[in-house]
Amino acid sequence: MTDLATDILIVGAGGAGMYAAIAAARAGAERVLLVDKSLIGRGGATIMAQMTVAAALGEECPDDWHAHLDDTLAAGRGLCDENLAALLCRDAPARIREMEEWRVGWARREDGRIAQVTAPGHSRPRCCYVDFLNTGPAVAATLRRRIGQIAAIKRVSNLAVTDLVISEGEAAGAVALDIAEGEPVTIAAKAIIIATGGLTRIYHRNSASANMGGDGHALALAAGAELVDMEFVQFFPIGHLAPRLVGMDPIMWDPFRYKLGGRLLDGAGREFLADYGSDESEGYTTPRDIATYAIQKEVAAGRGSPHGGVYLSFTHVPRSALAAAFGPVIERLKKNGIDLGTVPVEVAPIAHYHMGGIAVDERMATRVPGLFAAGEAAGGANGANRLSGNAIPEALVFGEQAGHAAAHYAAGRCLPNWPSRAGAAAIDQIRSLSEGCKGDIAAVELLEGMREVMWGDVGPFRTAAGLARAIARFEEMRQVLAQVAVPAGQQFNAALADWFELRGSLVAAEAVAHAAAARTESRGAHQRDDFPNTDPSWARSQRLAMTSDGGLMMDTRR
Amino acid sequence: MIARLRVRRGTADEPATRYQEFAVPFETGATVLDALIWIRAQQDASLAIRYSCINANVCKECLIAIDGEVGYACTTRLHHDAVMTLDPLPGKPVLRDLVTETRPPRERLK
Repeated sequence: MTDLATDILIVGAGGAGMYAAIAAARAGAERVLLVDKSLIGRGGATIMAQMTVAAALGEECPDDWHAHLDDTLAAGRGLCDENLAALLCRDAPARIREMEEWRVGWARREDGRIAQVTAPGHSRPRCCYVDFLNTGPAVAATLRRRIGQIAAIKRVSNLAVTDLVISEGEAAGAVALDIAEGEPVTIAAKAIIIATGGLTRIYHRNSASANMGGDGHALALAAGAELVDMEFVQFFPIGHLAPRLVGMDPIMWDPFRYKLGGRLLDGAGREFLADYGSDESEGYTTPRDIATYAIQKEVAAGRGSPHGGVYLSFTHVPRSALAAAFGPVIERLKKNGIDLGTVPVEVAPIAHYHMGGIAVDERMATRVPGLFAAGEAAGGANGANRLSGNAIPEALVFGEQAGHAAAHYAAGRCLPNWPSRAGAAAIDQIRSLSEGCKGDIAAVELLEGMREVMWGDVGPFRTAAGLARAIARFEEMRQVLAQVAVPAGQQFNAALADWFELRGSLVAAEAVAHAAAARTESRGAHQRDDFPNTDPSWARSQRLAMTSDGGLMMDTRR
Repeated sequence: MIARLRVRRGTADEPATRYQEFAVPFETGATVLDALIWIRAQQDASLAIRYSCINANVCKECLIAIDGEVGYACTTRLHHDAVMTLDPLPGKPVLRDLVTETRPPRERLK
């Protein structure tokens, strides 16, 4: 068995994890181990981001991070952790300028300044991007290049952390599955940063990477950390629906709505956002939660498009303007049989981002000493609804804080004295599963079932009955875990990795459903059909912890 | 309508020993990766394939050989008029089925 040792273990190598590694090395950590279930810097959400990055750079007009904070707090519907939100807005400009020094290639105005557009919810043009639809891939590639140049950072791909090891109340390391070899690996660590991203992969319609099933949330809970704001899942209103589009992120349409004023139309070709109190005569300004609500209500009323969404139309835009805005994307769309000059596309809400996550303070520390979280996996900064453009700054800024804080925590500490009995059960679990399990259902089939339940009963609209049904289903599925079929085999045994994904995703799914059931009001991204109004007495966050028997415990006190 | 796929199966110890044929439901616009994900969920969860971004074509993990030509499973459309043959990426050691050792050397444990 391989036994690794490191000062800082970083679980997840998207934007937050990669930046945390850079920051930890910069703060003096001599050994940083960056691991991912997928390939380093290729999974996660950052690389999928085709949109914009918010930072008060003031390139287009005067701006100030306090104004960015005001917009962030307004979008969060009264629930943002103001300290975390302030940190995000304060440090975003430095991180974005640093990315420019690292040659990410932000799009420029004719006068050479960085171009910034006004994304919905922002009071001024603040959102920069890399053309065309290349923001996330450019950020990911820049960070990959950077970590490759730092000797202190060791990278391991296809290593799935299955359990954290807590010794005497402190983070001490982890047990992981080496997916390529099908063997357990132990990792002794002085500090751990969870940067596993969000959990939107647990929804049937999602814009996530395959490795975003919420396993980091399950790891944190089991280690003794709390989760916060779990009920708030952002459903991106205009996710692509039809015709089938491949080779592009399903949420690619938003920047073109800002640039060109794409019109949202019901099945009969009528504009409907004004019916929901949103005036778009001055441009595209409708926040995500309201647009999702409007689209779902139109579809429910029988006024949707043929595939169950609404139309997004650019047919009123001159072809020359389409060509200028879309650039090479026009050709990619043509390969998908889409000609924007003549026909609208169909769009519908899609699970896109999770506002909730692991509860942390401004140092990104959880309540477990030595355990930190960063990026989308950390909750609180975005409250009940995330302002567009805040996800990549969150990854970079929180990654920076976590890397720095973890390096300081680890400095001067001894390597925890293990492996011992602490990791034994986790190691045995991997070994016994790789020898095969007889069963009548595959983990991947249960995962599909879980995603359907999440979409139907824990999706954009929720009721007490639906949420109770979902919780009962997840409990049943948890009981079935022991009867899941795993074919024997070690090297790249996909079913073995699926089993651990299912175990983690079920915890994450239950956490979202429990928090949604407890919040008897509608606020931001959490919409209850049985409690349609916002209740001022609910202007507080809920926290979840795991009990000693593996159950979930709510705490609504602040 | 049905699409038929011949998929090379095997492990590092017994690479490329056989093809297995699968029949999957065909929908206009569907991709080879859609078919492989469907097979894993409905017929054979042991089938191994690398993918991460599903079909945004940004992770670049799903590179395999499709009817002898190297291509991304996520952007290659499925067709139903003839059997499609899927092989692991040529020139790389096979780990299992369609998964090859494409990790950069410095991202491996051993």
